[in-house]
Amino acid sequence: MSAISTDMTSITANPLDTGAMSAILVPICEEEAAGMIRAAAEAGRRLSISGGNTRSGFGNRVDADAVLRSAAMSGIVAYDPAEMVMTARAGTPVAEIEDILLENNQMLSFEPMDHRAVMGTEGEPTIGGVFATNASGPRRILAGAARDSLLGIRFINGEGEVIRAGGRVMKNVTGLDLVKLLAGSFGTLGFLTEVTFRVAPRPQTEQTLIVSGLEDDVGARAMALAMGLSVEVSGAAHLPESVRGRFLSGRLPDGAATVLRLEGLSASVPVRAEKLTAALHRFGPVSRVEAEASAHLWLQIRDVLPYADRSQKPLWRVSVSPGAGASLVAALRLEAGVDAFYDWQGGLVWMRMEADPEAALLRALIARFGGGHATLLRAGDTVRDQTPAFEPQPAPLAALSERVRQKLDPAGIFNPGKMGA
Amino acid sequence: MSEVIAFLKPRAEVLARRSVIIADLADLLPPECLVHEARELVPFETDAFVAYRRLPLAVALPKTTAEVAAVLKYCHRYGIPVVPRGAGTSLCGGAIPQEDAVVIGLSRMTQILEIDTFNRTATVQAGVTNLSISDAVSPEGFFYAPDPSSQLACTIGGNIGMNSGGAHCLKYGVTTNNLLGVKLVLVDGTVIELGGKHLDAGGYDLLGLVCGSEGQLGIVTEATVRLIAKPEGARPVLFGFDTSEGAGACVADVIGSGIIPVAIEFMDKPAIEICEAFAKAGYPLDVEALLIVEVEGSEAEMDAMLALIVEIACRHGVKTVRECQSATEAALIWKGRKSAFGATGRIADYICMDGTVPLSQLPYVLKRTGEIVQGFGLRVANVFHAGDGNMHPLILFNANDPDEAARAEAAGNEILKLCVDAGGCLTGEHGVGIEKRDLMRHQYSKADLHQQMAVRAAFDAQWLMNPSKVFPLDGRPAMGTVSA
Repeated sequence: MSAISTDMTSITANPLDTGAMSAILVPICEEEAAGMIRAAAEAGRRLSISGGNTRSGFGNRVDADAVLRSAAMSGIVAYDPAEMVMTARAGTPVAEIEDILLENNQMLSFEPMDHRAVMGTEGEPTIGGVFATNASGPRRILAGAARDSLLGIRFINGEGEVIRAGGRVMKNVTGLDLVKLLAGSFGTLGFLTEVTFRVAPRPQTEQTLIVSGLEDDVGARAMALAMGLSVEVSGAAHLPESVRGRFLSGRLPDGAATVLRLEGLSASVPVRAEKLTAALHRFGPVSRVEAEASAHLWLQIRDVLPYADRSQKPLWRVSVSPGAGASLVAALRLEAGVDAFYDWQGGLVWMRMEADPEAALLRALIARFGGGHATLLRAGDTVRDQTPAFEPQPAPLAALSERVRQKLDPAGIFNPGKMGA
Repeated sequence: MSEVIAFLKPRAEVLARRSVIIADLADLLPPECLVHEARELVPFETDAFVAYRRLPLAVALPKTTAEVAAVLKYCHRYGIPVVPRGAGTSLCGGAIPQEDAVVIGLSRMTQILEIDTFNRTATVQAGVTNLSISDAVSPEGFFYAPDPSSQLACTIGGNIGMNSGGAHCLKYGVTTNNLLGVKLVLVDGTVIELGGKHLDAGGYDLLGLVCGSEGQLGIVTEATVRLIAKPEGARPVLFGFDTSEGAGACVADVIGSGIIPVAIEFMDKPAIEICEAFAKAGYPLDVEALLIVEVEGSEAEMDAMLALIVEIACRHGVKTVRECQSATEAALIWKGRKSAFGATGRIADYICMDGTVPLSQLPYVLKRTGEIVQGFGLRVANVFHAGDGNMHPLILFNANDPDEAARAEAAGNEILKLCVDAGGCLTGEHGVGIEKRDLMRHQYSKADLHQQMAVRAAFDAQWLMNPSKVFPLDGRPAMGTVSA
């Protein structure tokens, strides 16, 4: 990768998502990136930030003068399996990291989603992109989000200064936690150059219990019961009948599937499965899938398989309290055409709208059901231009967020407009 | 102890208006919520970092978010510094006031507002103690995971301020990993909500930024925290090793094996002797280092995990293995560990460091710590959370001897620099406060610190919130004009 020459800085092209003809900047090291950003800040040139450009559907469309990509800043800098901590350059492909972790029987505990299928993008997802979008999968309910695994970062602020925050140890309360601030900031606060994160041992085994035939609200109750037991459920999703057939090539039993994953030591998983099965029997028939089939199912849930349909139908990622998900969808169905399934015990709702995104209706209902937020992940260009991708915030919070943004990028050159309402 | 850590010079214009300020605050608060007589201010002059004390101008003890907002708005308007305070258990001086400051104490905001077992959350006022959350949800089969040693007294507001940890955070994470939402009063009295019962707050992760910000970004008045189902059982096992290196290597192997114990606690020989003399826990006195490893789960799971852990320990030449057969034996194993600070306090004064190092550096840092303290002619006992590399060397000294006290502080600074140089950090769970403030430059570059201060200024442009803490006093940008 390091063979890419700095001449790239002058190559022009017509990249995705940025409108007019613009330059693509592909620095090969942090120092070069800092120079490019300083030059852009001085010239007032706005930059669209990306890693592998596979999550480019996130946020409002960005009107930038150039694309700044971390893809050529690649490679694992440090990894000691015994410490369960890895440092990698931001442009390192996620696949490369997952391969090395697998060799050492370890993993990223937060199961970062691969957005390519639902967003219709190509290319290599990067580890920088994972943390910039705080991409977290089903195990988030047990093991935390990407931001919880991120221990330290290096990034370049909007004035071209290299900033280091956090470190490589699990416990660190030294100063303000800029690591969390940059995680999930979608490239609007800084250009990540290096990330240090904790990794976790792979469980010896896993199995998934399936309760069949439950309505959404009953499924939510079953998941809440399971999460309240001391069996360490590491995935809790409800797949209504409308999507059930898409998973495991239709091999899940008939009717909606409420699925609960258990992982861990071979000596422990069956014991917990027995306990959980006993508790779930009153809801409906309980079956199970084991090992590889179980792993495959959760990969499909993670990557939102039912809505990887090559369409431009509006796709929402909705985050609400777990108890509110089913009620929200039921209320929405009275007024709009929507298909949905649930992860995170019901608190993460994937919604595909038939036609109109119904942003105002959806957001009003979220507020009525106790709060949360909706992110428009995919839609046609016209819809995207008319719909704020991220949940609009109350005025004082929006003002505070804007003040924070200005402290990192005073000239507003990073992904301008991507997150704002 | 001789005072070497400076505070900001009190603002003369604030001191001059003291009686006016107190009269104005009296209009904003019920009479029982305002403390201003010199005698009554004394309990607020320091926290658990007792070497330093300052009497505040006044203490406000509001009962509602609206009262917190009113006091902050007033102080903001007149440029009066504010020092937030929970239970005053900070080990780094995070809650020590200053002469021109109004302390806003949350000790009267102690309501548990909602326990939601369906969503597994508790929403509480900031003055609720850490342990009382677990107590309140225990009948429903849940607990709140972060468990700092001071959990009987410390408040959830203080825990958020310091991003507190505890022995059990190896498995469950620290405060920031268990916090879902807060109600935050900004310096100008504006009230905002961050997060809620949903798992990821929208927009920038200001919740993550506020957690561990040591009262510099605003005052948290309510918090929503994640609850966890209580395990069926928990069981510790005790291991004695001939060398600290052996114990350290065993820790790394256990962590790497795929088992996640709830806690791995380490004690060196001086700590073992001190604790055993006090607690009579039956600790082996013929070993150099001791580990307490605790696992959770059903009987079958714990058997399986402990068998694996014992096997690993044997590979590292463990000398003593004590598995417990009863709850009484388990309690006894923990009694020694939990009494460590108290027992040490009976034989000497001590200061407790809090640096964190990568696991691979543990044996080296332990060895160097011993050499450093010896070089200053003092003794050290080590007792700490080994699973996450969070060290707690206790430097023993005599507080009545100013020279010894100064040497203890100097040794502590050397140890913290050692932690940073070994790839770690100054503080794992206690916070920077005033104690480690002047060492921040050892960990961060000028640009790093400047960026943090700029973000701080987005919340508090006048530097009124807990202003003597965290960032070195010299080299700060001019008040109100901080930019990135």
